[in-house]
Amino acid sequence: MHSDPAEVRKSVRSYITVFVALMVFTVITVAASRFHFAVPIAITVALIIAAMKGSMVAGVFMHLSHEKQAIYGALLLTLVFFFVLLFIPVLTNMDHIGVPR
Amino acid sequence: MNIPYTVEVRPDTGLTNGKFGIWLFLASEVMLFGALFSSYILLRVGAPEWPHNELSVTLGTINTIILISSSVTMVMAWASLKMNYWGKHRMYLSLTFVLAAIFLVNKYFEYKEHFEAGQGPWHDTFFAIYFTLTGLHGLHILGGMVVMAYFLGPGAKLWKKNPEQFTNRIEITGLYWHFVDLVWIFLFPVLYLL
Repeated sequence: MHSDPAEVRKSVRSYITVFVALMVFTVITVAASRFHFAVPIAITVALIIAAMKGSMVAGVFMHLSHEKQAIYGALLLTLVFFFVLLFIPVLTNMDHIGVPR
Repeated sequence: MNIPYTVEVRPDTGLTNGKFGIWLFLASEVMLFGALFSSYILLRVGAPEWPHNELSVTLGTINTIILISSSVTMVMAWASLKMNYWGKHRMYLSLTFVLAAIFLVNKYFEYKEHFEAGQGPWHDTFFAIYFTLTGLHGLHILGGMVVMAYFLGPGAKLWKKNPEQFTNRIEITGLYWHFVDLVWIFLFPVLYLL
């Protein structure tokens, strides 16, 4: 995080750049959805754009691009558990208890 | 007794307690929304068919633009304090509050339309998860508005007494607000476009 007012003044320009980029990506997301891609492709495209937008918000607005080690450590652990949580549903598809073979 | 490390950083983390605290809180929020996104995947994969075009993409896009704009005004509210522009800070924080209110008004009209059409959370699995996810997100918007109202009102007095602590509080509010925006960035394509 910048603490020097001169540094903050410089980073204001990057906030505006990110704002414009987020708007452009929003338009691209909506436009891409009009193309009626096959569902797996549509999901991939939409999630890639959302991830790019999300990383811009986290990196620039939340100053994650230059933060302290303690925050990175906590977030890394969160990310690991987040993916475990997201993919738990996959395990239910591997559960064949009570299903005739 | 004074709360320690509100302005000066803790030697071991290199952060103020408030900042480290909000990041730990946001980590728990990732898990909360993560559980619901996980439920969404489970419900969608398990459903024989999934409804499309049930929601207004126009309203969803407008709300996305509103939330992104509010994130910029929020970060500008913090940057203005860092540059010692009190008036600009007040303007940007008020703008963020107003944008949040417009988001909720849009959401109200969206909900109203669905309820009038009998498409409440009981209607089908899609609307059940839609109302759960957007309802929880809406509550977060409301929570953020309460905090902003406090800093626009009685909480603003701290600027005169301890400007650095006040600036840190606005930064922490901003971190929470950007997270709420970040969640919406994923909710929008998942619910409205896919």
